[in-house]
Amino acid sequence: MVTKEEVQHIAGLARIGMEENEVAKFATELSAVLDWIKELEEVDVEGVEPTAHITGMENHLREDNAGKFENTQAIINLFPEKKNNYGKVKSVL
Amino acid sequence: MIRELHEKLMSGEITAVKLAEQYFSNISKTDKDVFAYLTLTKNLAMEQAKKVDEKIARGEEIGILEGIPGAIKDNLCIEGVRTTAASKILDNYIAPYDATVITRLKEAGAVFLGKTNMDEFAMGSSTEKSAYGPTKNPVDLERVPGGSSGGSAAAVAAGEAVWALGTDTGGSIRQPASFCGIVGLKPTYGRVSRYGAIAMGSSLDQIGPLTKTVEDAAIVLSIISGEDKMDSTSAASPTKDYTQFLTGEVAGMKIGVVKDYMEKLSGGAKESLEKVIAKYKELGAEIREIELPNVKYSLPVYYVIMACEVSSNLARFDGVKYGMRAFDHKDTPLDFLPEDRTLIETYLDSRKFGFGTEPKRRIMLGTYALSSGYYDAYYLRAQKVRTLIKQDFEKAFGEVDLILTPTTPTPAFKFGEKTADPVQMYLEDIFTITANIVGVPALSVPAPEVEVDGKKLSIGFQLMAKWFDEENMLRAAYAYEVNRD
Repeated sequence: MVTKEEVQHIAGLARIGMEENEVAKFATELSAVLDWIKELEEVDVEGVEPTAHITGMENHLREDNAGKFENTQAIINLFPEKKNNYGKVKSVL
Repeated sequence: MIRELHEKLMSGEITAVKLAEQYFSNISKTDKDVFAYLTLTKNLAMEQAKKVDEKIARGEEIGILEGIPGAIKDNLCIEGVRTTAASKILDNYIAPYDATVITRLKEAGAVFLGKTNMDEFAMGSSTEKSAYGPTKNPVDLERVPGGSSGGSAAAVAAGEAVWALGTDTGGSIRQPASFCGIVGLKPTYGRVSRYGAIAMGSSLDQIGPLTKTVEDAAIVLSIISGEDKMDSTSAASPTKDYTQFLTGEVAGMKIGVVKDYMEKLSGGAKESLEKVIAKYKELGAEIREIELPNVKYSLPVYYVIMACEVSSNLARFDGVKYGMRAFDHKDTPLDFLPEDRTLIETYLDSRKFGFGTEPKRRIMLGTYALSSGYYDAYYLRAQKVRTLIKQDFEKAFGEVDLILTPTTPTPAFKFGEKTADPVQMYLEDIFTITANIVGVPALSVPAPEVEVDGKKLSIGFQLMAKWFDEENMLRAAYAYEVNRD
């Protein structure tokens, strides 16, 4: 059973603001889904390697060369708030 | 269908501009009811079509998809076009670059009609979770088109596009194809570059075509597949012109049928699949019963891995770099002054008002499963069971060339039927998710229709093939299509 306190903690980690009634709803729903996932506990996974990449691909490397992206203004235009060509955010400290 | 239109363009019977206009006219007539499109890209389409007509006028050869109008799911970036993933958090997002599939389609001369509706961030099986309202199934407007690529499937089925692209993380191309009576193909993981697709579950996602015919799916797949330096998980495996494998022959092919799956079916859906199996026997394929003992764990494995990857992928939507920042959006109740907010409150509010319930639900589950102390019990265990499921498939593909299953347990359901219980909606994916878990290619092809409440409804069957063996899968699908009763 997931408690309301746990839901609040998880919501904080996930950076999702949540109303009281939502906290209660997510506590019930998360508990139900986690119960259902518990089925995996019955599987014997002793000595089984976890899947890292499903087709077994390894180290797909390329030269570390810088490329130029021309469409910078389009990215700047997407800033939710800006001053001149700088993105504006709340102070971090 | 694409080949016929290509020949008409080449012979001058129609022009690319006329063809695009005809499709926009179909959209304006039908889309009020169906709501397949979120954004139309008419200027872009007309510009693309004109170029094709100029080429034809100069007597130049044109490619098979050149001038043929299609639709793009709204989680794939087209430079300069609004790309929302059907979420309010990306309501005002104009993509600054092209996804690799878009670059390849542009090079092939394809025409883009617009961006299609979907469940928010591709999370859902009905399009009921789109922040902009649901798409309706053109076969029966009271029913869902499936999802999450429901807009793409409905556009093709309703004659509002010749072909469409979707994305498939747990069945999001194949399930709507089944519900709308068309073909939907999920390629092998790594066959198609994911660069420019808004990520959901990065180890599961693939982009693929939704089309009226198997040949059309083969045409679109041939163009979009191939290694890409922008996606480190794209495979070096050589790509081909997949249409060359469409011989109409399946004699001697070994097709596996999963006993447990057959037992899950009932009524019309079961009869429909039995007819498909009988047809393959008649065409000379050898049907063998196979076992996949660990696939019964597919759903929980999928929900752990997908949710964990979702929580990580959706962390980027924070109201800082792009997308909705809580206070500047019309859906944000202005009960506070923006200047009083701290950085952390900006994150909390942007994500609170920007995301719908389903993304929140999955982010919460993934964050929980990845949080300190739970990693081994959930994510690591799920990745181990994933290995066991993969081993089942390796063993099965030692015995058979293809695996034949239902695509969906039933035909399309009605609006609201499965929204109350999230687990009920998740069960929709039972036959499709294993292909994502193990990374094999899979496609859905229309099977004989099923009668429900006096109405004939579409349903598909699914073929899965070995990793990177799209050719045998398409060959068998085509053989059924051209020989169906």
